[in-house]
This record gives sequence, C-alpha cells and structure tokens, in this order.
Amino acid sequence: MDFLHPTLNHFLVLGAVLFCIGLYGALAKRNAIAILMGIEIMLNAVNITLVAFSFYNTVKPFSTYLTGQIFAIFIITVAAAEAAVALAMIISIYRKRSTVDVGEINLMKW
Amino acid sequence: MATLLFWVVAIVLVGSALMVVGARKIVHSALALVVVFAMAAGIYLLLNAEFIAIVQILIYAGAVTILILFALMLTRVSNQNELTNPNSKTWWAALILSALVGAGVILASTFTHSTTLLEKSPVAAYGSNSCPLPTNNVAYIGQLLYSPSCYSYVLPFEIASLVLLVAIIGAIVIARED
Repeated sequence: MDFLHPTLNHFLVLGAVLFCIGLYGALAKRNAIAILMGIEIMLNAVNITLVAFSFYNTVKPFSTYLTGQIFAIFIITVAAAEAAVALAMIISIYRKRSTVDVGEINLMKW
Repeated sequence: MATLLFWVVAIVLVGSALMVVGARKIVHSALALVVVFAMAAGIYLLLNAEFIAIVQILIYAGAVTILILFALMLTRVSNQNELTNPNSKTWWAALILSALVGAGVILASTFTHSTTLLEKSPVAAYGSNSCPLPTNNVAYIGQLLYSPSCYSYVLPFEIASLVLLVAIIGAIVIARED
C-alpha cells in the first residue's frame, strides 16, 4: 500500500483534477456566477499545486524560502479582487438587462 | 494518519467540486463551494502551510462566499420554473476540452522525474541571505513579505495592496446605481 502515501505527485494530480473540474464549470455554465465559481475552483487548484511544490522542494536555497506559499498569498489577493469586480459587473448587468445568462448578454457579438 | 487524512480530504474536495459544477440549483453550488474552500484549507494544513490555511478560511470561505451569496440574492431568476444553473448547449465540448487538459497535466506531472530536474537547478544565487532564519513558518512568511533589509517580496506586496485598492474603488463605481 505504498502508493497510498501522499507524495508530490498525489498533490499535483489532485490539483490537476480540481483544475479541470473548474475549467468545465467555467466553460459549460450559462449563469455568470457559476462561471465565477469555476474560476475560483481553478485558482484554488493552482494554489494547492504551488503550496505542494513549496513543501516538497528539495533544492536547498529554495527550500528555506517558501516561495510557493508567497505566490499562493498573491494569488489569493488577486482572486479576491477579481471576485469583487466580477460580481459588481454581474450586478450591474443584471440591473440593466435583468438576466445573468451569458448566452443572452450578446451586445458585442457580431 | 496523514495518509488517511489526505485521502479523506481529497475525496471530499473532488466530490464537492463536482457538486459545484453539477448542482441544478445555483444556491447548492454556492454552498458546495464552501466545502471546497474548507477542504482546500485542510490540504494546506497537511502541507504545513498554516498561514495559507487560515487565510483561505478567512478570505475564501468567509468573504468570497458571502459575496457570491449576496450576488445570488441580488440577481434572482424571476421565473420559478426556470433552472437557475443551466448548462450551455455546447457543454460536451467543454467536457472534452477539460478532460484533454486534465489528461495532459496529469501525464506531464506523473511521468517526469521532477526531483532530479530540480536538483540541477542553476539558480543558487538567492541563497545569500544574511538574516537569521526564523524557525516558525508564519514568522518566516512575515519576514519574506515585509522585511526591508532581507530578501523579501516588499514591492510585490505593496503592488498587491494597490490592486486591492483599485478593485475596491472599481467595484463601487461599477455596481453603483445612477
């Protein structure tokens, strides 16, 4: 049962699975808020990958530096900003067109 | 013990992520998203990243979820019979695409000898840090983020605060009623 013990590859595969679930959610949904949820899942998957790399890092100068965790902090910051702006845009669109269906928001389609 | 915890957390994480994309009502998706964020915090705890785990709980499970629930409340679908979380007509294409991306990433991350590649990394110049290394993980993150004299990420940190300020003002301006 040695393969059950978590290694770097386990966390990378977990991140990859989570990333493609989020990608499916972002591509296949019509509700704009559901698309935003898919994007949040993708960002979380990338964070898991970065933190796993910082934990399993074997290079001596970098292993003391926790660079992956710093990157994860910045990703969380940008994700919070992105969520705030995106939800403000969704609310604004809903006020004008009374729908959040991205199939019906086609003003710039030609 | 850590192995068991990892598998439990990973399975709950993937299952609730599937619930987020698969639920028929979008409020259920939003509630499953809370479980996703909490389980991701559990993964961070397993990886000795306590600070990231706390930040994850505070920002994602606290703030972002509340923001999403408020947006859901303000953008109600008027027709009761209508699905609140429908799939688009080309959802199969999204399924194929995400499966391909996932297969590619999993192949790339499983069948490369990442450790042997990392050991031959030529960049070793960053090791010249004269500051004493804190033993605590969180204290070390603080030193990496704020320290003006040691090797740190002060400038990106300040730029991140500017990004947050712009996002606050932008969100207020965009969502304002006029």
